[in-house]
Amino acid sequence: MIYFTLFYTFFLIGLFTFGGGYAMIPMITEQVTSRGWMELSELQNFIAISEMTPGPFAINIATFIGSKTGGIFGAICATFGVVLPSLIIIILVAFILNKFLENKYVKGALFGVRPVVLALILSTAITFFFKAVIPYSSGIVSTFNREAFALVIILFTYTILHKKAYKKAINPIILLLLSGLFGLIIF
Amino acid sequence: MDKKSKFNNLIQLMFSFFKIGLFTFGGGYAMIPLIQKESVEKRKWVSEEEIVDIIAIAESTPGPIAVNSATYIGYKVAGILGSIFATLGLIIPSFTIIFAISFFYEKFMQIAIIKSIFKGLSIGVIILIFNAFLKLKKTIKLNVSTTILFILISSYLILNYFFEITIPFFTLILIMFGFVFGIVTEVILKGQKK
Repeated sequence: MIYFTLFYTFFLIGLFTFGGGYAMIPMITEQVTSRGWMELSELQNFIAISEMTPGPFAINIATFIGSKTGGIFGAICATFGVVLPSLIIIILVAFILNKFLENKYVKGALFGVRPVVLALILSTAITFFFKAVIPYSSGIVSTFNREAFALVIILFTYTILHKKAYKKAINPIILLLLSGLFGLIIF
Repeated sequence: MDKKSKFNNLIQLMFSFFKIGLFTFGGGYAMIPLIQKESVEKRKWVSEEEIVDIIAIAESTPGPIAVNSATYIGYKVAGILGSIFATLGLIIPSFTIIFAISFFYEKFMQIAIIKSIFKGLSIGVIILIFNAFLKLKKTIKLNVSTTILFILISSYLILNYFFEITIPFFTLILIMFGFVFGIVTEVILKGQKK
């Protein structure tokens, strides 16, 4: 049943996300594409919209995917699924006090999961980059997408310059507005 | 606490987090200053020191940081019901807005201009994810063994794109592996050295 699948998929996503909303993207990508819920390009649109609308990214993307795959109940199940692990874990942590995080096994596990999360996020960015620039499927490379490559370079250079000039990272919404504007001109 | 003031507390929690959810763009980290202002300065639900602990806990436990902090503060103020009301308040604006958007999304995407804009946005998303990686990398201290682990997993995952191997729940398996790896290298091996 789609509602249960949505609930439990997002429950797992909520349970195994460390380091905030963006760390969710690798697992969402894996689940959504392997279940055939949507194409990667559509998921990327959803990510962009979820980032530009108010509220936590995780809630936005869960609601969006849930709504697309199962209507309003789908949206409720996905959203409920993604917050439930937080509710349970935080209540447990608050209950048994902060001692939990000082446990050496918990500390060790959290230490070990960090490089994995880092690798997952980096490889998601690089895979998305390949998909945009050299679309590849079943051993066939389709034409190199010059426009997409140019835009990656432009935006990346801009974010670096912005960071140098203002000593702080570019606001994600500004970056997306810029990329939308460039998209309109280039594509 | 009498019934009436408990009820008022719950409503206030929900309303405060509703406001926080409605007025923050860009997720968890962008929310922290607002959460701080509302729950420390305005409502005095938690102290200045407590909020630092809460943020640390919200960051190191699984799940979205915003939801974790809302749940924690809700729990401190009014127990389990408090965490439910705070989280509900946080969710409602997002849920309503996104649900409304999902209605006209399909039609909207058929417009040629919108299509070009979203082609640009999908490139923007790549940069955002890469920035998230850079930001996270700064806050994480890697030693020799975790750096090797990081390089191995990244190169495998990137090669995966060309080999097109899909293993269900592979991400989950990797995260579990990370837990075990951390416990073995940080606790068991280091314990033996001492």
